[in-house]
Amino acid sequence: MLHTENLSKDMGEFILRNVTLDITPGEYLVIIGPTGAGKTILLETIAGFYPPDSGKIIMDGRDITNIPPKDRNICMVYQDYMLFPHLTVEENIGFGLKTRKKDPEYIRKKTVEMARLLSIDHLLHRKPETLSGGEQQRAAIARSLVMEPNLLLLDEPLSALDGQTRDKLRTELRRIHDITNVTVVHITHNFEEVFSLADRVAIMNKGEIVQIGNPDEVFRKPESEFIASFTGMENIFKGSCSHQDGISAIKIDGHIVYSATCLGEREVYATIRPEDILLSKDPIVSSARNSFKGRITDIKNNGMVIKVTIDVGIPVVSIMTRRGWDELQMNEGEEVYLTFKASAVHVF
Amino acid sequence: MNRPDLFTSVCIFAGSLPVLLIILGLLVLTGLQVADPETFIDAILDPSVIDSILLTFTAAACSTLILFAIGTPLAYLLSRQKFPLKSVVEGLIDLPLVIPHTVAGIIVYLLCMRQGLLGLPGSLVGIRFEETIAGIIIAMLFVSVPYYVNTVREGFSRVPVRLEQVARSLGATPGRAFVQISLPLTTRHILTGGLMAWGRGVSEFAAVVMIAYHPMIISTLIYQRFNTGGLYAATAVAFVMVVFSLLLFVFIRILGGRLLSEVR
Repeated sequence: MLHTENLSKDMGEFILRNVTLDITPGEYLVIIGPTGAGKTILLETIAGFYPPDSGKIIMDGRDITNIPPKDRNICMVYQDYMLFPHLTVEENIGFGLKTRKKDPEYIRKKTVEMARLLSIDHLLHRKPETLSGGEQQRAAIARSLVMEPNLLLLDEPLSALDGQTRDKLRTELRRIHDITNVTVVHITHNFEEVFSLADRVAIMNKGEIVQIGNPDEVFRKPESEFIASFTGMENIFKGSCSHQDGISAIKIDGHIVYSATCLGEREVYATIRPEDILLSKDPIVSSARNSFKGRITDIKNNGMVIKVTIDVGIPVVSIMTRRGWDELQMNEGEEVYLTFKASAVHVF
Repeated sequence: MNRPDLFTSVCIFAGSLPVLLIILGLLVLTGLQVADPETFIDAILDPSVIDSILLTFTAAACSTLILFAIGTPLAYLLSRQKFPLKSVVEGLIDLPLVIPHTVAGIIVYLLCMRQGLLGLPGSLVGIRFEETIAGIIIAMLFVSVPYYVNTVREGFSRVPVRLEQVARSLGATPGRAFVQISLPLTTRHILTGGLMAWGRGVSEFAAVVMIAYHPMIISTLIYQRFNTGGLYAATAVAFVMVVFSLLLFVFIRILGGRLLSEVR
């Protein structure tokens, strides 16, 4: 659908280096990377706000490197919404269609339709400044979607929102993508957004895409030290979720892990913080729902803490204090029991 | 209100001085009219005084309109683009702020006199600057450029570039994005800059008088009355001008406030 070839751009503070990227139709691609990695400039170059220093952008077989933004039908949503403050929500959403000289009747119909999809149809007459952050971002998304864009670019669309609003809108983005099947490139700092939205994830650093693939793959098999430390996540498991006695059971490679959070019956990612996993020589009787037996495959001594990898059929990492480890007196290859609470299992 | 602290008291005291200065000046001017109402009434009824005030206001308004047309794009460029010698251009725009008005007058005269760089081509198409309203407008324009351009530029700088980018990604040309997004969002600064430029034009004397002693704008007329009829003759005209300006400013404030509450 969209293909960039060795795209480079030097803007002084931000740079883009030889970015080659293939985006397939209907795909939800999430790009994640540290601040200053060149994520925004990549989107803005794809949108055509400035020409690349070198490289090509091909959309549906057509070279669009040098055509102006207005002829690309690639829409952009920014972190700070960028709604036109002097226009009402309705005028904002209808702006693009009006520019395309569509019939007012048609514009009205499409605007209302899109506002309904984003649940802001009761706000159409309002000015952006009277809306909450979440409502403003919905309006901004509607303004882009109404154009039926070839590609929707989201630049940290959820970063300015408070936790609850963010979770809600994230779910919404997923639903909208399912309905419209629009091709999306979404930039974020947030790992949850990667796992709940991405078909594929690209990791960017210093202007380059350093790894791209399924979230699973990228987080489990980081291709470089940077990616490993950037992603920095242990114990990420993909599984299918189902309800059992008011608690959710996640089936991961045949093993069942119980979690207190539940997102309905579907494929989910579960993470457990290594420090929440308790190790013991003998099974512990406790209220914790999760208990496994495994074999220690790796011990890393980091001075203050000890990082232990245990194979229970899937590799699980536990971190404990030096003192706790000394009391346990265990070695590689020995059998050990793992215990953790259902509330320690984070699902997204 | 609580008793203000020492610092606030100092501010109030120091701050009241310039206000008092203006009030005192106006009081003296008013006092003279009250003492000699006949001269004042003569001045009000004198058609040449009213004509002169109207001429001044009109010429300043024309120069402001021209500034809107040519100064707005300049302000936009300065706020958006980086280009070589930009700081030189910025310095040139500020120049009319610091050069004496007589110098501005000489420059305008040299450019616009019959053999001047602007005067010569002007005369070919039938526009004369010497002793005409065209000359007055040019002189006013010259001195008010920095007031308008700098104010409007500040306004454009407050409009995020990304608003225009969004508009362009929604199918707008750069021109359309400017007209539909950036320009309306700069209304406040355009009105303020326009008002400042207009006021600057109205108050100009030296630059105008060099290119056009006639037709007489109000400051020229006051100067002429001062030279021929003495101080009292001049103050009567001056007072009429003050009253007109005050009324107009109040009117503009009210009108401007209404306009702004609509765009906001």
